Amino acid sequence: MNSFLFMVRRDLRLALRQSSDNVMVVMFFVLCAVLFPFGVGPELGILERISAGVIWVGALLASMLSLERLFQTDYEDGSLELMALTPAPLEILVLAKVAAHWLTTGLPLILASPLLAVLLNMDSDGYGVLLLALLLGTPTLSLIGAVGAALILGARRGGVLISLLVLPLYVPVLIFGVSAVDAAIGGFEYKAQLFILGGLLMGTLPLAPWGAAAALRQSLE
Amino acid sequence: MKRIDRFANPNKFMKLAKAITPWAAWSTVGFLAAGLYLGLFDSPADYQQGETVRMMYVHVPSAWMAMFCYVGVAVSSAVGLIWKHPLADLAAKATSPVGAAFCFLALLTGSLWGKPMWGTWWVWDARLTSMLILLFLYLGHMALLNAFDDQTRAMRAASILALVGVINIPIIKWSVDWWNTLHQPASVVKMDGPAIHPDMLWPLLLMAIGFTTFYIWVALLRIRQEIIANKIRAIRLRQVNG
Amino acid sequence: MTNFSGHNLTCLRGERLVFKGLDFSIEAGDALVLIGPNGSGKSSLLRMLAGLLKPYGGDMTWDSESVGEEPEQHRGRLHYVGHHDCVKAVLTVEENLTFWARMHDKNVDAEAKVASALDTLSISHLADVPGRFLSAGQKRRANLARIMAADAPLWLLDEPITALDKESITKLERTMADHRQNGGMIVLSTHSEITLENPKILDLADFAIGFGEGFYDDDEEDLVF
Repeated sequence: MNSFLFMVRRDLRLALRQSSDNVMVVMFFVLCAVLFPFGVGPELGILERISAGVIWVGALLASMLSLERLFQTDYEDGSLELMALTPAPLEILVLAKVAAHWLTTGLPLILASPLLAVLLNMDSDGYGVLLLALLLGTPTLSLIGAVGAALILGARRGGVLISLLVLPLYVPVLIFGVSAVDAAIGGFEYKAQLFILGGLLMGTLPLAPWGAAAALRQSLE
Repeated sequence: MKRIDRFANPNKFMKLAKAITPWAAWSTVGFLAAGLYLGLFDSPADYQQGETVRMMYVHVPSAWMAMFCYVGVAVSSAVGLIWKHPLADLAAKATSPVGAAFCFLALLTGSLWGKPMWGTWWVWDARLTSMLILLFLYLGHMALLNAFDDQTRAMRAASILALVGVINIPIIKWSVDWWNTLHQPASVVKMDGPAIHPDMLWPLLLMAIGFTTFYIWVALLRIRQEIIANKIRAIRLRQVNG
Repeated sequence: MTNFSGHNLTCLRGERLVFKGLDFSIEAGDALVLIGPNGSGKSSLLRMLAGLLKPYGGDMTWDSESVGEEPEQHRGRLHYVGHHDCVKAVLTVEENLTFWARMHDKNVDAEAKVASALDTLSISHLADVPGRFLSAGQKRRANLARIMAADAPLWLLDEPITALDKESITKLERTMADHRQNGGMIVLSTHSEITLENPKILDLADFAIGFGEGFYDDDEEDLVF
C-alpha cells in the first residue's frame, strides 16, 4: 500500500512540474468539441441532439492520446525496469500510475465537460448525469488504455497503434455513457446505465492492471 | 526443468502438416462445390427476401468462422504464453489474417444483402456492427504483430492483446445489442429471418464445413510458410554471427 | 553463510540461444566479474539474476530456496544498475533517490540514507539540482548513490563505471569493498579495469553456443500445395 502511495505521489509531482502537458490534453478535448458546430452547422437543435455523444467521443480520444505516454518515459529512461524490480507487485504500481494519470488528466476533462455541455447546448437535465457518467466511465478508459500503452512499448509508431488497439475496446463505455445522459435528458430512468458503467469499472479494475503488468514484463524481457 | 525438445518440434509438425494439407484442400473444393450447388440451384427462395436470401450461404458461415477464428487466436495465444510453445504462436499469427478475411467477407455480403433489403449499403444493424468491431480487433492484432522488429516481443504482445480482446468480445457484443434495441426501429427485417426452411439447412451446413476445411488448409500453409521464414532468419543470424 | 547460485542456466533471446549450461555460485563477501566478448550475454545474465529475464532452462537458488518461487522476496534483496540511469529530468537528485529508496524499503530513513550516499560519492552539492542539469557522469553517480540509499545484499552492476572519471571509480571501488565487508555480494560486468580484491571470474565465452544450433534445424522442405 505504501508503494502505491509513493508511486502516485511521484507521478503527481512529475505531472505538476510538466503541467503544460496536461493542459494540452484538456485543450484538445475542448477543441475537439468546438469543431463540431463547424462540421454539422450551428443549429441548436442538432447540437443539442449530439452533445452527449460528442463530449464522450472527445473524452475517449483525449484519454487515449494522453495514455500513449503513460509508460513511455519510464520505459525510455530505465525507471520501468527498476519498478519491476521493487518488492511491490507490478500490478499495484500499474494501478498507482493509472490513478495518478486519471487524477491529472481524467479529472480535468470531467471538470471541463460542463463548459462543453453549455457550448453544445445540452439540456441542463443532463449535466449532473454527464458528470456522474464521466466519473464512472473515464477510470475504465484509463485502465483499458494502460493495457494498450503497455503493449506498444518498443513498437514502431506506437501512437497510431494504440488507437487501433484501444478504441474498439472503448465501445461499451461509450454506449452506456452516452445512453445514460440521453436517458436523463429524455426524462427516462438512467440508473441502469450508471450501474453498468460502475460494473464495467469493477470488472476492469482487477483485470487491466494484471494485463498491463504482464505486457510490461514482456516488454522488459 | 524444461528440456530443449522444442527445437526438434517444428520438423515433426512440418511432416504432419504436409500430409494433412492436400486432404484439407480437396475437401474444401468438394464441400464448397456441393454447398454452392445446393445453395444456388437446389434450395427454395425465401418468401419474404426472395433470391437475395442465397447470400446467407456465404454470409452466415463467414460470420461463424470470423468468431471461431478469434477464439482460435485467443486459445493459441494462451497456449503460447503459458507453455511458450512456438507452434502455438505461429498458429495465432497464421489464424488472425484468415479470421479478418472471413470477417470482411461477412461484412461485404451483409452490405450487398442490405442494399435490396434495406435500400442502403449499410445499416447499423447489431450483428453487422459487432462484426465491424471484430474486424477492428483483428486489424489491431495484425498491426501489433507487425509493429516490432523483435519477433518474440511481437508475438507476446499480440497474445496478450488477443486474450484481452476475447474477454471483451462478449461485453462488446452485449452492449452493441443493447444499443441497437435502443435505436433501431422494429420494422427492419433481420438478416437470419424468423425461421430457416429445412431445405436451407443442408447447403448452409455444407458451406460451413467447407469454410472450416478451407481455414485448416490456409492456416497450415501459413504456418509452414512461417516456419520456413524462421529458418531463413536463423540462417541470416548465423551469417551475421559468423 | 548466504549463498546465491545458478545451475545449468540457459538463456534464449528472441530466437537466439545466448548461453547454455551456465553454473555459478557466490557467497556473502564475494564479487563475481563477468567477462566475455560483445553479445556473449553478460547483460542478459545480469538481467536474469535480477529476475527481469526468465531463464529458458535451469534454476537459481538463494540459500537453497528457489528464486523463481519467491520473486518478490528476491527483488527485495537486490539492486540493479543497468544501461540507463533512470534520473527524472524534473525531479531533484534527492527526490529521485528518496523515491527509489522508499520503494525498495518503505521503513528506511530515506532522507538520512540518501544524504550519506550522496556524500559517499561526493555529489552532496547536487542534492537540490533537477536531473536535467546533470552531466552523464553525474547521472551515473546519482544512479550508483541510489543503490547505497537502501540496503540490499546483492548488487548487480552492468558496466557500472561507464562515464565515470578516475576519482569516482576509486570511490566506487571503496564502496564495493565496504559492501563486501558487510556481507554483501556483487556481480558486475565490465570492459575496463576495476580493482577488486580476489574476485571470481566468469567467462561467458565458455558457455556460448555455436550459432549452428537454433530453432529450426534443417531438413529440406518445400512449400507445395
